[in-house]
Amino acid sequence: MSSCFQTLSDYGLRSIGYGERLLPKADITLCEQFVLIGSGMIWNIYFAILALLLGFFFATVLALGKNSKLPLFSSPCRLFIFIFRGSPLFIQFFFAYDLFVLLPRLGFNIDLGFLVVTVETRWLTKAWLGALIVLFFNTSAYAGEIFYGALRAVPSQDLESADAFGFTGIKKFRRIIWPTMLRLAWPSYTNEAIFMFHATTLVFFTGFPAWQQKGDAIYYASYFADKTFNPFVPYPIVGFYFILLTLLIIGLFGLINRRLNKHLPTNERKRLRFNKYNLIR
Amino acid sequence: MFSYCVDPKTLEGIMWLSCYVTTAKHMSFYFSFLVVMGLLSLAAPLAMAFGFAGATASRSTFKIIRSLGKGYLAMIRGIPDIVFFLFIPIALDQAFEYLRHKVLCSDVTEPIRQGNDFVVCAAAKLPLNTASEWVHDIYGFSLALLAFGFVFGAFAGNVLSGAMAAVPKSQIETGEAYGFSQSQIFRRILIPQMWIYALPGLSNLWMILIKATPLLFLLGIEDIVYWAKELGGIKTGVYEYPHPDWRAWYFGVLMIFYLSLTYLSQSVLDKISARLSQGQATMAGKAG
Repeated sequence: MSSCFQTLSDYGLRSIGYGERLLPKADITLCEQFVLIGSGMIWNIYFAILALLLGFFFATVLALGKNSKLPLFSSPCRLFIFIFRGSPLFIQFFFAYDLFVLLPRLGFNIDLGFLVVTVETRWLTKAWLGALIVLFFNTSAYAGEIFYGALRAVPSQDLESADAFGFTGIKKFRRIIWPTMLRLAWPSYTNEAIFMFHATTLVFFTGFPAWQQKGDAIYYASYFADKTFNPFVPYPIVGFYFILLTLLIIGLFGLINRRLNKHLPTNERKRLRFNKYNLIR
Repeated sequence: MFSYCVDPKTLEGIMWLSCYVTTAKHMSFYFSFLVVMGLLSLAAPLAMAFGFAGATASRSTFKIIRSLGKGYLAMIRGIPDIVFFLFIPIALDQAFEYLRHKVLCSDVTEPIRQGNDFVVCAAAKLPLNTASEWVHDIYGFSLALLAFGFVFGAFAGNVLSGAMAAVPKSQIETGEAYGFSQSQIFRRILIPQMWIYALPGLSNLWMILIKATPLLFLLGIEDIVYWAKELGGIKTGVYEYPHPDWRAWYFGVLMIFYLSLTYLSQSVLDKISARLSQGQATMAGKAG
């Protein structure tokens, strides 16, 4: 058992470059597999949380744009959503990586006041930024479509009441349209969040290199499956971690769902029952 | 391909390009598009079969079968599909070889798992070492196909069980009142009526399936992604057709291929849905 604590301190943060440099090669123990794959989950969580957080706002913009009457706004949003929803994420990763590689290697100095950061285009070819951008665009497109559908479904009475109470512009959107849109979209958006977490497993199988063997959960799982030639241990471990994560997301999104439905009379409140039967992906 | 392609070094412009895009390797690249279509046309019915079995099992009156079915349908929501794509082919391969080893080489006493190796006797190998190249290809493709069938079967099972639950209760009660047996109700009432509820979900699933086909690459199959990487990489002067890094172009072509495929599918599916919703007492085909 104490050796497992040793493994934990050696490999617990291996995926972000701390601890033992060499991966276990021979006599791989169950503990090592659990720890290293768990360590890889850091990357999956990093990608998914940042992509979802940023994507949430961009998706709202895309949904509003697509709903706009002006073709100047609606056409680019439509095109963006079409491109990212119409093609496989796997190909998007390859395409983006190969484009980023072709970019000239430049550095820009950005003065933050207290320190100067050099932003390099080279970063785009690294998974932490390049893959994150692809995931961000991808989830924005899917969530944008979900929000657009919800926006179209906002009851017209709500809008009329808003008008009657003198709500206009930003205030009408922030107080009336946006909360209702979110409430209607939430079950589908929960699905999107779950599948975004799942989609992060693709990153290190595409062009983006796992530098110094710093990879995600499935990168280490396939490493172990290759080394031990036994798929029956590492892949179920990944499955276990992702089931935990999925339950966590469902719990968290359920809480938000409760908040979104708080104003409704108790008999009309719906528990979060996401739409298993019509997956928008 | 063309008679003037004998010495590509002397060619230029459109002549060079016409020779370049008709090399043997490019022909393999074009053929791999057919492999994608083949996978789609085989995986879809297979997934429907798996899904139907899963959905039916999850409604079974036997507790064990029911929980197996429910577990199968729920599992896909927790575990990323890539895990299954990586796990199932190799697990199936080892399972088949293990069984064959037990049957064909029962005299071998050494354990199959020796440290980090999986050792079965030569006669149990799948496909046999002596088998020709295409047998290996077909075997690999079949394992991949099973993985696709299993994963998308679970998705389809969710759609179908939702659709079965959406069929109005009164329809089933009417069947009971007329003295239909449970299996008659299932075949004559439930199944014919569920399709309209299943259609939107199945349409989305078809789009998801299309977008999952490049994952064949992960299963070691020489598919479009493999060839795009292979052909697009930098080709130095030692090659017949030297060119710089063209992978972005090749993957751009794949993007366009998939965009047209999904666009075409969407317009066909929209037509079908409009057709099937005619005269139905649903809000234009709204699923449960």
